[in-house]
Amino acid sequence: MPTAPPGSPSLLAFPQPRTCPHQPPPGYDALRGQGPLAKVALYDGRDVWLVTGYAEARALLSDPRLSSDRTRPGFPVLAPRFRASVARKLPLIAQDPPVHDVHRRLLNPEFSLKHVRAMRPQVQEIVDRFIDRMLEKGPPSDLVADFAVPVTSLVVSRLLGVPVEDQSFFQDATSRLMRATEAGPSQQAGGELAAYLDRLVTRLRTEPGDGVLGRLASQEVEEGRLPHDELVQIALVLLVAGHETTASMIALGTIALLEHPERLAELRADPDVLPGVVEELLRLLAVTDLAGSRVAVEDIAIAGHTIRAGDGVLVSGTLANRDPDVHADPDVFDPKRAGRSHLTFGYGIHQCLGQNLARLELELAFRSLFTRIPTLRLTVPAAELPVRGTDTGTIQSADHLPVTW
Amino acid sequence: MPRVTADRERCLGAGQCAYSAPDVFDQDDDGLVTVLDPAPPRHRLASLRQAADLCPSGAVRLEEAAETP
Repeated sequence: MPTAPPGSPSLLAFPQPRTCPHQPPPGYDALRGQGPLAKVALYDGRDVWLVTGYAEARALLSDPRLSSDRTRPGFPVLAPRFRASVARKLPLIAQDPPVHDVHRRLLNPEFSLKHVRAMRPQVQEIVDRFIDRMLEKGPPSDLVADFAVPVTSLVVSRLLGVPVEDQSFFQDATSRLMRATEAGPSQQAGGELAAYLDRLVTRLRTEPGDGVLGRLASQEVEEGRLPHDELVQIALVLLVAGHETTASMIALGTIALLEHPERLAELRADPDVLPGVVEELLRLLAVTDLAGSRVAVEDIAIAGHTIRAGDGVLVSGTLANRDPDVHADPDVFDPKRAGRSHLTFGYGIHQCLGQNLARLELELAFRSLFTRIPTLRLTVPAAELPVRGTDTGTIQSADHLPVTW
Repeated sequence: MPRVTADRERCLGAGQCAYSAPDVFDQDDDGLVTVLDPAPPRHRLASLRQAADLCPSGAVRLEEAAETP
């Protein structure tokens, strides 16, 4: 297993390479049993804390002595693309209170449980549309390109108020932004998205339509409470965060369900188990891998260690979700676990804004896929699917998922 | 009887409480927590504990053994 670059000979390197898109990296076995916090080495040779205990992760993610501000010196940089300025000045994700809270409160209305549940018929219609197309075209199909990505991108577009005709542009630009292994191409793709959203926000200020961006452009920006450029940046974050992660969950969750035919049979027999299945898939797959990246602004004593001001702190959702103190047999796929005790949506003030929408999309996607295409199966073993390299960061995903039926 | 309170200044609208205990918590038009039933029946305790445990901002508070007024 890879260890650290020169300078930190004894520490495990982070991120660790994957061998299978829907399993944790094999190197994580060495981190288990090291206690709730361990030191790991980043590609640039820097040592940072990796938090793997569930209780310690929650305590730290709600601790105001840790900052999310990626422009602070000492903020951990996981891969070259995160050095791009487009990845460092993100509203919501990379800002602390009070600015974070102002932006979050602007967005909360449309992301509430009630509002999202009212979108159920629209989401179902979008899910059905792409299953119709797969069935019309016939097998084989790429479940990522033909279903997961277009469904999640159309849903987030509908919520935000991004025109349907611009889908293919921003799917392509998002893909380039997230998969770049260097800062340059990532910055280029981010710049194209920002330029597009700048024009869109300008138009929405006078022609708002019925999405979140239209409401914010025509009210908050027009009335001078929110700068135009801040809304453009917020839109960029929502668009990117809103579909890549959920699309990855659809693809990887499909693999996990197909590899557990007994769980799939239970799901077909009783649709009421679906929310538990989705929650268990979220716990095990934790597609972003990290539940948070922070830098300490004061010393913090925790679990017998002292995190010093200026230290980088990474919270491993993958390992915290498999903390044996919280979940018995943590590697077992068991939809009957109660409690939604996982950090896949993070914790603390930065917990995922779109979690209610993600749950709805996942429920409708899995239910519809496996009832409408009951013989759905992979054409290659999951372990042979390509994995993303550690030079893109930690997000786990299947970029292609060949299926037949 | 259990007592619940929710701090709307701390709330960030994740919706964990309304998902866990929909007969006790709701989100208003701003997406922020509202308490529908501040003194829910004891048989709701499991869902109330979940709501308090999962609230990411610490806005939801549960007093399990509050005195009946």
